[in-house]
Amino acid sequence: MSQIPAELKYVSSHEWLRLEADGTVTVGITEHAQELLGDIVFVELPKVGAVLGDGEQAGVVESVKAASDVYAPIEGEVVAVNGELEAAPELANSEPYGQGWFFKVKPSNVADLDKLLNAEQYAQEIGA
Amino acid sequence: MSHTETLSRTPLYALHVELGAKMVPFAGYEMPVQYPLGILKEHQHTRAAAGLFDVSHMGQVKLIGAEAAAALETLVPIDVIDLPVGLQRYALFTNDDGGILDDLMVANFGGGVLYVVVNAACKAQDIAHLKSKIGHRCEVVELTDRALLALQGPAAATVLARHAPAVAELTFMHCTRVELAGVECYVSRSGYTGEDGYEISVPADHAEALARLLLAEPEVQAIGLGARDSLRLEAGLCLYGHDIDTSTTPIEGSLLWAISKARRPGGERAGGYPGAAVVARHIAEGVQRKRVGLLVKDKVPVREGAELVDADGHTIGKVTSGGFGPTLGAPLAMGYVASAHAALGTPLFAMVRGKPVAVEVAKTPFVPQRYYRS
Repeated sequence: MSQIPAELKYVSSHEWLRLEADGTVTVGITEHAQELLGDIVFVELPKVGAVLGDGEQAGVVESVKAASDVYAPIEGEVVAVNGELEAAPELANSEPYGQGWFFKVKPSNVADLDKLLNAEQYAQEIGA
Repeated sequence: MSHTETLSRTPLYALHVELGAKMVPFAGYEMPVQYPLGILKEHQHTRAAAGLFDVSHMGQVKLIGAEAAAALETLVPIDVIDLPVGLQRYALFTNDDGGILDDLMVANFGGGVLYVVVNAACKAQDIAHLKSKIGHRCEVVELTDRALLALQGPAAATVLARHAPAVAELTFMHCTRVELAGVECYVSRSGYTGEDGYEISVPADHAEALARLLLAEPEVQAIGLGARDSLRLEAGLCLYGHDIDTSTTPIEGSLLWAISKARRPGGERAGGYPGAAVVARHIAEGVQRKRVGLLVKDKVPVREGAELVDADGHTIGKVTSGGFGPTLGAPLAMGYVASAHAALGTPLFAMVRGKPVAVEVAKTPFVPQRYYRS
């Protein structure tokens, strides 16, 4: 079954979020999402400095099958993107919670994280 | 199709499920789009060793009778009358406007029997077409009791010859009857991947035994429709309903090679098929638009439906198939462009999510074909 780390937060569009020590939030796609997508061949990331609203389109993932949108799971300013995905998009398949992260945001309101799904709720959401 | 219709299953349905395939609706059938290996690795495995595909959803038809070849020639721009026994040809059903109704394979098994394979999505319409147009000149028999397997890849010949040594002697597009898994099969050295390989028509009640026999060979993996599509795209082969259809003539579709010399203007049996006048005019005068291959100069896949524009931003065509080519290691596409932009090397742009992506008109196949010719 899909791995759903207990320490992360989730949204039903299959992005995960991790609050870092410096107050930024790292965002990626879940193991379940990469399973659904299949082999990932291209990732389009947002621009550093972009301010994204909650649920706003932040990028695109292209697998051998199809293109899928990636959404910002929390409002905030993009402060970093994972440049390694350009050369090695398959990292999002092999290490979705590690080297395959997508971008980091400085959340407008860090308390927004509390409203998101925890691991147990996300597992229910995907029927795991 | 409407959701109230139930999907058909091929004789290998239970085996696909057992192998862990992800089943999807395709042309009215529940078909395996991929197995646990995944599309990318299935594609690479087929090019490196051998892949087994279930293509039993396709239509298999026999045309029986002394007049069968002459009758079929009235529906396709192909030389069928002089098709030698033991040989197969690619053919096209055309309509009165010269549009393409379907593409198909025609094999001559001798004794006044032609064996025809048509696309799954078109088979009901094709069989009705055959019956109404030539049913009075030959028997049109749909072979509903047969499955169709494809074994494709550089190891296909070695693998299949272990079970039927005679298949090693066949060269590309030749066909024969051989016994496999204890039953007579129709085998042709052909396929839809650009690789050497075979298509095997087997009685439905022996299909699973034959599939298991081949899957037990160390070189063979089961391959789904996802990889079948990326393999055929790299090989530059058309997918009916996408790259060719009733709105495209064989000449617009860059399929002049498929029209036999005997059936072209000036040939010994020129014309005599639906839309022949339109096709003759397209050969003589050229066409407004043509199907071309497109290499993508960026990493982003360009998919079916993307508009093609020139350097000034004018729309000059449209992508009809596109995706990522695992062997090419890059995205690739094919589509129709205005003939002024069809020369090899012409730089164009494909519009992907509102942004122009640089593409270039390119030679197909994108990956060298490796058919066994001698």
